[in-house]
Amino acid sequence: MKCFIGIDLGSTTTKSVVMDETGKPLGHGITNSRSNYDTAALVAKTEALISARLVLLRKALERDAQLTLAIDAILEGLERRFRLAQFMVQLGNLERLCSEKVQENQARHGESDLQGALDDTFTNLKVELAKLFDPGASRKSDFFRDLAGSVYMEVAETQADAHKVNQDTLINIYDKSIIEVENIPPQVDMSETFLTALDDLLNAGEIGPEDYAEVQRTLKAVLAIELEETYVVGTGYGRARLPFPKEHIRSEILCHGLGAHLMYPNTRTVLDIGGQDTKGIQVDENGIVVNFQMNDRCAAGCGRYLGYIADEMQLGLHELGPMAMKSTKQVTINSTCTVFAGAELRDRLSLGEKREDIMAGLHRAIILRAMSILSRSGGVDNELTFTGGVAKNEAAVKELRKLVEDNYGDLKINIDPDSIFTGALGAAEFARRAVEA
Amino acid sequence: MSTKTATPTAVESQKDSSMLMQKRMINSNYDALTSAPETGRKVCSTFVPGNLNELIQCFGMINNLPETNAIQNAMRQQSGGMIQTAERQGHSEDVCTYVKADIGMMSKGNIAPNGKPMPNPDMLLLSYTGCFTFMKWFELLRQEYKCPTVMLQVPYQGDGEITQNMRDFVVKQLKEEVIPTMEQVSGVKFDIDRLRENMRRSAQAEDDLVWVLESAKNKPSPIDAYFGAIYYLGPMFTAFRGTQEAVDYYKVLRKEIEERIAKSQGPITPEGEIQKERYRLVVEGPPNWTNFREFWKMFYEEGAVVVASTYTKVGGVYDQGFRHDADNPLESLADYCLGCYTNRNLPKRVELLEQYVNEYEADGLLINSIKSCNSFSAGQLMMMQEIEKRTGAPGAFVETDLVDPRYFSAANVKNRLESYFQMIEQRRQGRMIATAS
Repeated sequence: MKCFIGIDLGSTTTKSVVMDETGKPLGHGITNSRSNYDTAALVAKTEALISARLVLLRKALERDAQLTLAIDAILEGLERRFRLAQFMVQLGNLERLCSEKVQENQARHGESDLQGALDDTFTNLKVELAKLFDPGASRKSDFFRDLAGSVYMEVAETQADAHKVNQDTLINIYDKSIIEVENIPPQVDMSETFLTALDDLLNAGEIGPEDYAEVQRTLKAVLAIELEETYVVGTGYGRARLPFPKEHIRSEILCHGLGAHLMYPNTRTVLDIGGQDTKGIQVDENGIVVNFQMNDRCAAGCGRYLGYIADEMQLGLHELGPMAMKSTKQVTINSTCTVFAGAELRDRLSLGEKREDIMAGLHRAIILRAMSILSRSGGVDNELTFTGGVAKNEAAVKELRKLVEDNYGDLKINIDPDSIFTGALGAAEFARRAVEA
Repeated sequence: MSTKTATPTAVESQKDSSMLMQKRMINSNYDALTSAPETGRKVCSTFVPGNLNELIQCFGMINNLPETNAIQNAMRQQSGGMIQTAERQGHSEDVCTYVKADIGMMSKGNIAPNGKPMPNPDMLLLSYTGCFTFMKWFELLRQEYKCPTVMLQVPYQGDGEITQNMRDFVVKQLKEEVIPTMEQVSGVKFDIDRLRENMRRSAQAEDDLVWVLESAKNKPSPIDAYFGAIYYLGPMFTAFRGTQEAVDYYKVLRKEIEERIAKSQGPITPEGEIQKERYRLVVEGPPNWTNFREFWKMFYEEGAVVVASTYTKVGGVYDQGFRHDADNPLESLADYCLGCYTNRNLPKRVELLEQYVNEYEADGLLINSIKSCNSFSAGQLMMMQEIEKRTGAPGAFVETDLVDPRYFSAANVKNRLESYFQMIEQRRQGRMIATAS
């Protein structure tokens, strides 16, 4: 079948959407952006194609299959096993690269039990990380580097002590290797991995033999469908570095405008807060951009601002919003400069302000900046669609609702759980239209 | 999509005629300035907007323009160091970068672009035309050079019109202060007939310049009325208005453009001729000088041609009918100063831009907002929104600086321009679909 692919290469994450001929999105993929843009784009696209296969499988199962278990449970198990296999391939790569670095280190610095420490670290890692893919387990991130990194740090500490080697050396080896691992293009054979994942489900007793046979038959049929990459359009900050000809590249403004229109056809204003830019976009009834404004020169008030604050407070990015929601008092924080906001935060803490109140102030600062960009782009018209990584943050959404109501009245605000894919969705639609036209 | 077509012969032929002539003229003025200690000619420092070149020449003086020196230094990548020198002396980061480049140049031995030391001015003539910074700048120069200083107070066109009272006030100062000081500094008696002669020549050259600027109403436009026009304006805005050389230069230039129109040729760029005009733009605000070619390239690579600009009016808004008038020499000098672009109020500037968008059939208005120039930048967003409302043509906003290389963020400017061009294209296609259905 013909597939149209959009890739949004952002400053923090790279997103991809696969669309069918009718304009219906089939699959989404996301990965962290890395130094090698080609690999980032390829990983995101592969992820979107994996998710497309799962969507096709669901449709096929819903259509024909007679199953004992719920389709949701089967697909969840299948995907989990698939992810585990993918993860283990990357872990194998990491182990190999770390080992090479241990050898080099050994050659330079002589005898020590660094290799022993590394081997034991990985033995432990495999066990600990596999647990993240147990039924019902939750993962803090979808990215290999985040998951592997946090567990590695813990395990390496214990193993360094046990083998009497320098802990920093063990961590340096990881730091150097993870960058290389991320730049290795995806190597998983999709069909084989899916079928093995299904076998694993059976072996683990998560699926019965009858369901297994039924799902296997359907899965094989779905895997046999050729997903033809008919046209690919790239967008986002790294778009100029994407390995595509110029006609295949669209501005992220246009892609976000069109993507938001596809999600919510009544959208007239789009606010996108990404890693390093905030965009205010006005679109017409066809999703055509009529005006836009972006932040100038400085990225204070964008997603990275929250990332910096999270680091300053030694919190996870996803913990900021919930903390701010507990606020009971308004504290004003400047939004002129990210680094200054960090200093202001420590100053407020020393004055005895509560962390949750300061957090709420920071979220308000971001949205105030966004409101200024929105007004420069022509204001807010009904409906407003809020997209980008920051749209997932409940405290930011709360401040936006309040400030929009104060300034523009009671408007409908749309936030899609998949809003991070808005730009890639628009790009995929541009790809579809390019062929249609 | 790219319209890049380097035709070296075209560039050379352009250089053979008007381009080379222009270069020769500008260089000759620097030579006249740096050889003043030998020739004994007196030097009058003054600014481009409201410069009284015809009058200065009556006294055999040479005109030195500090902001043009800053531009020359920026285009030679010298201004960054000069600005830092001025900052070390205590001038703030936010001060007009022309001023700091000039002060830095003085501190570094005041070397002219021809590599020879610039003589100290014998007189400072400030025609104050809407830029408050000019006043402070000359205060600093007066302190440095301790030479006779005249400030010609030009009333701001707050109500958007020149009254007889305003004109009389300027003429009175010309008679009572400017001319007597010039006589005293130069030792030459004022001869009004000489002034009339100069002004007659000015008007002749002005006719041809207006013709050249208005040639951009053709489709395709034979000129770029912003980047390209900077070169065309050199003689008129600097030391040559009122000279026979300027009259000759604009005749040659006009002839060249006539030929381009006859052959339906687009504007010449550093990489050859623009083969396909895809976007027609009006630009408000001065250009960035440190990355002038890089900035221009972002336009011509996409087939974007500037058909009218306000910056090309800072040395005189001749296309609105003003001509230096030999029959009323002093009154006409007064009208010239009063009518400068920077001396016009916001409604008048909006009117002019609106007229340009309509008469030149532009696709949109782009504002290049200058970080360190408040007299240009204040109110620009409001202007943009008003023009969008009146003409329906979309506006866009980029921010750069005059001569401070630290404030040119190529990636951001390019990102925004590309988005803008693609938005224009998308709107155009949207309109076509709407008309067809």
